[in-house]
Amino acid sequence: MTSHTYSTRADSAEDDHEAAPRVEVNRDTRRSLPPDPKPIMECDGVDVYYGDFRAVTDVSLGFGYNEITALIGPSGCGKSTLLRSLNRMNDLIVSARVEGSVTFHGQSIYGKDVDPIEVRRRIGMVFQKPNPFPKSIYDNVAYGPRVTGMKVSSMDDLVEEALTKSALWDEVKDKLKDSGLGLSGGQQQRLCIARTIAIRPEVILMDEPCSALDPIATSRIEDLMIELRDEYSIIIVTHNMQQAARVADRTAFFTALAAEGSGDRTGLLVEYDLTTKIFSAPADERTENYISGRFG
Amino acid sequence: MASLGAIATAPLKAKREGDKSAKSIVFMGVLWFTIFFSVLCLGTLLVNAFFDGWTRLDGNLITRYSSTVLPETAGARAAILGSALVIVMTAVLAIPLGVAAGVYLEEFADPRRWYNKIIEVNLTNLAAVPAIVYGMLTAGVALSIGLPRRVVLAGAIALALLILPVIIITTREAMRAVPREIREGSLALGATPLQTVWRQTLPSAVPGIATGSIIALSRALGEAAPLLLLGGLVFVSYDPNGLFSGYTVLPIQIYDWVKEPQLAFQQVASAAIILMLGLLLLMNAVAIVIRNRYQKRW
Repeated sequence: MTSHTYSTRADSAEDDHEAAPRVEVNRDTRRSLPPDPKPIMECDGVDVYYGDFRAVTDVSLGFGYNEITALIGPSGCGKSTLLRSLNRMNDLIVSARVEGSVTFHGQSIYGKDVDPIEVRRRIGMVFQKPNPFPKSIYDNVAYGPRVTGMKVSSMDDLVEEALTKSALWDEVKDKLKDSGLGLSGGQQQRLCIARTIAIRPEVILMDEPCSALDPIATSRIEDLMIELRDEYSIIIVTHNMQQAARVADRTAFFTALAAEGSGDRTGLLVEYDLTTKIFSAPADERTENYISGRFG
Repeated sequence: MASLGAIATAPLKAKREGDKSAKSIVFMGVLWFTIFFSVLCLGTLLVNAFFDGWTRLDGNLITRYSSTVLPETAGARAAILGSALVIVMTAVLAIPLGVAAGVYLEEFADPRRWYNKIIEVNLTNLAAVPAIVYGMLTAGVALSIGLPRRVVLAGAIALALLILPVIIITTREAMRAVPREIREGSLALGATPLQTVWRQTLPSAVPGIATGSIIALSRALGEAAPLLLLGGLVFVSYDPNGLFSGYTVLPIQIYDWVKEPQLAFQQVASAAIILMLGLLLLMNAVAIVIRNRYQKRW
């Protein structure tokens, strides 16, 4: 075995190429973004605890309007935990507690007079494992509007619109009465996205939405995310750096640090910037090590 | 790199034809014996009852009332109707209450609260309380609220109390089997916890709840002790006609007949035992069919 000597940034472009294989960055290259996001949601000094265990430490960042923000980092760095605190899904875990401020349009979502049901309606979520309900495709999409009592002139139109936007309509229009569980994994995940779109949220949180899917299904979901970006603000947790590089406008890199005095690891935000910057010229050495595949 | 080539390639081990050590053979023997013994007991009971009672498996058994003077044509009509009425009332009382309690404990109760912990522990214990204790409890309560002890309603209350813990536990288990992803998916779409239970978790849990409830009811059907303690009537020659009617049930009727010395009574008792076992098997079969047909595999 020959041991690689990693070239430094000052080395020639050729050496650089050999050390860290370039990933395709942001296929929508014409898109120009301001250096700082115009935030629809903001975290300020957010800590998330499970009982006494602090899973995430002191996270402050803003998620931009009609942008895709990716949260990346090694396992156990608290990305999913942070994501689930953005629409109060953590409320369901008895021991979970959020400190610091999470705001949506400047209003704290953890405020005393804020209804968590309303928070989850405005900030939708797509999960890691496709989780269609054991109901028909139609009823899966119509479920959200029904339970939230949305005023709709035609449920059929709403279902069609949501399925069309999630690029599933052509595949399922003749079998809307069939069970959602009969679809393939990728179709199920697009059904879950359609279901989320149907309640017209402003933000869509995605928790590793492609990790259970094959590359073709993954690619379709990524295309879909870019299409949805015009209407929704998307925050995605992903283990797949290439995915973040391909779809995200901005990327936040997290890492896990051993907490003082105990073996527990707590997640913290290392660097948050435009995706192009994170993947070409990261400011922090840990980010560079991670994206060049040296750890994680 | 060269070291990789030097790894000895041992052949894969041959498939083992079961464990042949003395210890495991003895253990298997004990297992087989226990199964054999329990099946033998049931078989003996069935064969015995069938030989004693098959001559009396006739129309009279179902259509006629019991008789003290004509055991040859005595029937269990009052007991069959009584059992049916009591079991239906038991189901009406126990299932809604038990399911509601199970749903609350599984979905809404905060397990860290001390009173929920106490309920938890007591529930498991209640499922193991002897049936006769529920008879005593009902007798005491009936006395204090002025309800006659010997009526259908009192019997149904005692049996409902008896199977309530079983139904609660079954409900909780059926709810727990519904994956967390379904709950999360529903809540993430802006559904309230109550809507989530009502539209997702509970419908998915219904097959499990139905199975458990039927098995609990079949236990209640075979129960005589609490009803005897309530002073259940042993000799009834009329159809029960309401909640406040006197009644008898199959196990009590059998108990009454078995006490008699005449052979004809033994025969009709055996016939009634076959009838009751048939009913129990039928109920359990229905429960199994429901479980197999509607059980969801996630």
